[in-house]
Amino acid sequence: MFRYIPNGDDDRKAMLESMGINDIEELFIDIPEELKFKGELNLDLAKSEQEVMKYMSDMANKNQDLSQLTSFLGAGVYDHFVPSVIKHLASRSEFYTAYTPYQPEISQGTLQVIFEYQSMICELTGLDVSNASLYDGPTAAAEAFLLAATQTKRNKILVGNAISPEIKKVIETYMKFRDIEIVYLAEKNGLVDMTDLESKLDKEVAGVFVQNPNFYGLIEEVEKMTEMAHANKALSIAYVDPISLAVLKNPGEMGVDIAIGDGQSLGNGTNFGGPYLGFMASNNKLVRKLPGRIIGQTEDVDGKRAWALTLATREQHIRRYKATSNICSNQGLNALMAAVYMSTMGKVGLREAALQSVQKAHYAYNQIIGTGKFKPAFDAPFFKEFVVVGEKSAEVVNEALLKANILGGYDLSKEFGLDNGIMFAVTEKRTKEEIDTLVSKLEVL
Amino acid sequence: MKIVEGLYYTEEHEWVKVEGEKAYVGITDFASHQLGDIVFVELPEVDAELAKGDTFGVIESVKAASDSYMPVSGTVVEINEALEDEPELLNADAFENWMIAVELKDESELEELMNASEYEEFCNKEE
Amino acid sequence: MRKYEKVIFEISKPGRKAINLTDLDVEEVAIESMIPSEFLRKEELGLPEVSEVDVVRHYTNLSNKNYGLDTGFYPLGSCTMKYNPKINEDVAAMTGLSALHPYQPEETVQGSLEIMYNLQTALAEIGGMDETTVQPAAGAHGELTGIMIIKAYHQKNGDFHRTKIITPDSSHGTNPATVATAGFELVEIKSKADGSVDLEALKEAIDDNLAGLMLTNPSTLGLFETQISEIASLIHDNGGLLYYDGANMNAIMGKTRPGDMGFDVMHYNLHKTFSTPHGGGGPGSGPVAVKAHLAEFLPTPMVVKKDDKYAFDYDRPNSIGKVKGYYGNYGILVRAYTYIMTMGRDGLKNASETAVLNANYMMNILKEYYKLPMDQVCKHEFVLDGLIQDALSEVSTLDVAKRLLDYGYHPPTIYFPLIVHQSIMIEPTETESKETLDEFIEAMIKVAKEAKEDPSLLKNAPYNTPVRRVNEVLAAKQLILKYKDSL
Repeated sequence: MFRYIPNGDDDRKAMLESMGINDIEELFIDIPEELKFKGELNLDLAKSEQEVMKYMSDMANKNQDLSQLTSFLGAGVYDHFVPSVIKHLASRSEFYTAYTPYQPEISQGTLQVIFEYQSMICELTGLDVSNASLYDGPTAAAEAFLLAATQTKRNKILVGNAISPEIKKVIETYMKFRDIEIVYLAEKNGLVDMTDLESKLDKEVAGVFVQNPNFYGLIEEVEKMTEMAHANKALSIAYVDPISLAVLKNPGEMGVDIAIGDGQSLGNGTNFGGPYLGFMASNNKLVRKLPGRIIGQTEDVDGKRAWALTLATREQHIRRYKATSNICSNQGLNALMAAVYMSTMGKVGLREAALQSVQKAHYAYNQIIGTGKFKPAFDAPFFKEFVVVGEKSAEVVNEALLKANILGGYDLSKEFGLDNGIMFAVTEKRTKEEIDTLVSKLEVL
Repeated sequence: MKIVEGLYYTEEHEWVKVEGEKAYVGITDFASHQLGDIVFVELPEVDAELAKGDTFGVIESVKAASDSYMPVSGTVVEINEALEDEPELLNADAFENWMIAVELKDESELEELMNASEYEEFCNKEE
Repeated sequence: MRKYEKVIFEISKPGRKAINLTDLDVEEVAIESMIPSEFLRKEELGLPEVSEVDVVRHYTNLSNKNYGLDTGFYPLGSCTMKYNPKINEDVAAMTGLSALHPYQPEETVQGSLEIMYNLQTALAEIGGMDETTVQPAAGAHGELTGIMIIKAYHQKNGDFHRTKIITPDSSHGTNPATVATAGFELVEIKSKADGSVDLEALKEAIDDNLAGLMLTNPSTLGLFETQISEIASLIHDNGGLLYYDGANMNAIMGKTRPGDMGFDVMHYNLHKTFSTPHGGGGPGSGPVAVKAHLAEFLPTPMVVKKDDKYAFDYDRPNSIGKVKGYYGNYGILVRAYTYIMTMGRDGLKNASETAVLNANYMMNILKEYYKLPMDQVCKHEFVLDGLIQDALSEVSTLDVAKRLLDYGYHPPTIYFPLIVHQSIMIEPTETESKETLDEFIEAMIKVAKEAKEDPSLLKNAPYNTPVRRVNEVLAAKQLILKYKDSL
């Protein structure tokens, strides 16, 4: 007997008899004999709950997690504070064991949560419409590129160089298969070189893409880049840190056409890389070109307010080959966590978390520079992450920090060729004491 | 099912009404019924030059999206903007509410289309 | 229960807070001195202002308007809504397995890498394949990865003219959409009435430009494609590759394997076959497995084992690259591996056998009350073609589905596959008891009787749900996509 399979031998027998069958193999007569799998799969036999728990705990114990390490590592995934309510609400099985809300009458919970999520993403980004979420930030970027190419009927995207390597690798894969050209823009002081952008804008350019704050944590001149893109009839696409939008000028205010990003820091754990959620918001003009699900408000037959999936004709199950994307899901539960997070943090809390991150990051920056062992890599305003260059390799620095149970910064020597370059992220969660400990370890390297 | 005499018809359920140099194009009653409640109509830009068989628009219901194809080649000289705000007009009367007007490029293309009785027969087979 | 009708913004009140952050403990500096004001937000942030109690009550009330697997039977065809074991959730939530940064040094995440490695190996074994990537985030994402691999394979061979992928018209919508996303041309062939591949149509569709064929087996009608060996030969002999859409894997674990059927590349839906929750629409996970000749094209990084240590291998020059940030929906991978360990090889085989038994049992009874287009042994699901009724009746499959809501069920999948017009697609899965199946069958029979006696009862259903029949036309017309605003 298997505990997830209620029907045992007696049930089996009764059910087979009702069909006039003796052996369950008769239900598999349609599989040609030569294709039948005759042996046993090379897997263990079923294990008890206790045995499985033991194995998994052993695996967990082989890891060093963020409750044991103090993290100054960011680079796209951030250790922001996650309120307890999120875990509890996301653990309600009415939410997590439900399917996609195709039957709106019994899915109003999911539908309304996602509608609220869309509303709050619009609020953060200052844009008109948001979809119900995509797999993650990097794939959202790829989808935005495809959208821009379709919309403008052009096939080149200009891309800031200081973007996450994860984004770079994903957009390069997706675009390669669609013959859409990616042209990286030169860097100047860690930012997009405006002269280079000017010279590369031509009639083939579908979109201008920038991460903001960029991968180095620096604030780009998004507004100026947007104006330049628009003057060239290209779309402006910004990849933003949602927490930063509580403090920084939002994409809508800057005229950006499509804002995307990773919603991990909105109440989702670090989860060793996933699941997270990719958000995507745009202006009204692009609504029918957006990929993924969208929830709309409507009424039931009695005139009561209700919600339903809408604009479904963009999607694969209806438009098939001509769909705006092949995506068939959203990161529903992660979007729910983001919605609960934004509600919990609220108008004041989210801004405070963002401001504290800025304050603490700048404090850490000044202290680290103050040791005399590190120099700033760039001279430009930053948000919660910054790059410094030391006397030793980031690898050596991080090894020493790990011994003191500190998860060090991101090593910029490999993907960005910045020798001895290291990038630290500081969220509101880090205390002065933790920062001072980091600094003291860096001082004696 | 309503079919209007004197128009030309395609197998994709578009109709063409010729008035001098100009031809009005719409979808048939049969097509609008097949689609159900129409919620959105996308039309081309004026001055677009389209060849016979090109997509000139998209008609969407909640559960279906259907491309509209040019029955004849020509330049779009007018679009029925009323449909952008009230797409349901196509459900109300598909023959009254044309979608685009085109300047014909080659009148002989009309000969390849069906007349009303041929179209009726065609629809009967489709059902 | 109390009727609750509010949107979170409607319970907002200035000054309310649901969070107390630790006070700032470093010396506060004016924000403008750190970030020039031209970069700063000018508008107020319009998020709700609510207390923690408000948040908890609000979302708990919303959850009560949802129907989940823990609420009851969920026979959604092609979705494999099997029970989501609780141990999976506990394991995935272990701090040691979840509070991990993806860029942590490999030596600090050996346990997680071991789980990923073992999952890769187990999935390859179940599918009869050689190597697996767990990076794709969902089934459709797995399809995209697999089709990209097919393209990379042909391009490496210099076969740039191989630009066409064939799919049957009974396929999942993601198949043709994936073909487009990967930059291939689509050739759609008509299926036979039983949902099987029309070999003549397939032969006609094959030419020098053939890149591959996408197929699911059992088919979307829940029937095993018995011609699969012949199909595989046809495709392979013409230089193409076979892609297996793993949506229907729950029928065949331990009984037959896609690799043995001749498929070159496939995806799994961990949120279907391997019991991870659907989450109201995601996150899912869609690992992709390939035969050895395609292994070099798998995405980077792969988890590899070297001298009892686990590591990420980025050195894969012919890889298609990355399809997702980091390594996949890792939290889902942990759940799926927990399930595989719990079930074991004996449990997985029993699961498929019981899923098939449950489906056949239901089909055998329901065919007296609903049209059954194909009366033959089905696999894990079956498709009915609506009610048996006279031509004048206007009761549709949609009405049947809505009426089932009143009986407390999530209805089956409707209007898919497209080749069956009034399609009702039922997939009971193995995690339902005979008693549950019998009760549902009884409800289906009752609805069929009601359709004859009082059609309006069905046409106006549902009556007992949190909201009644929802106006989807209005939703598409007015396009209110965020609170207090319309386009």
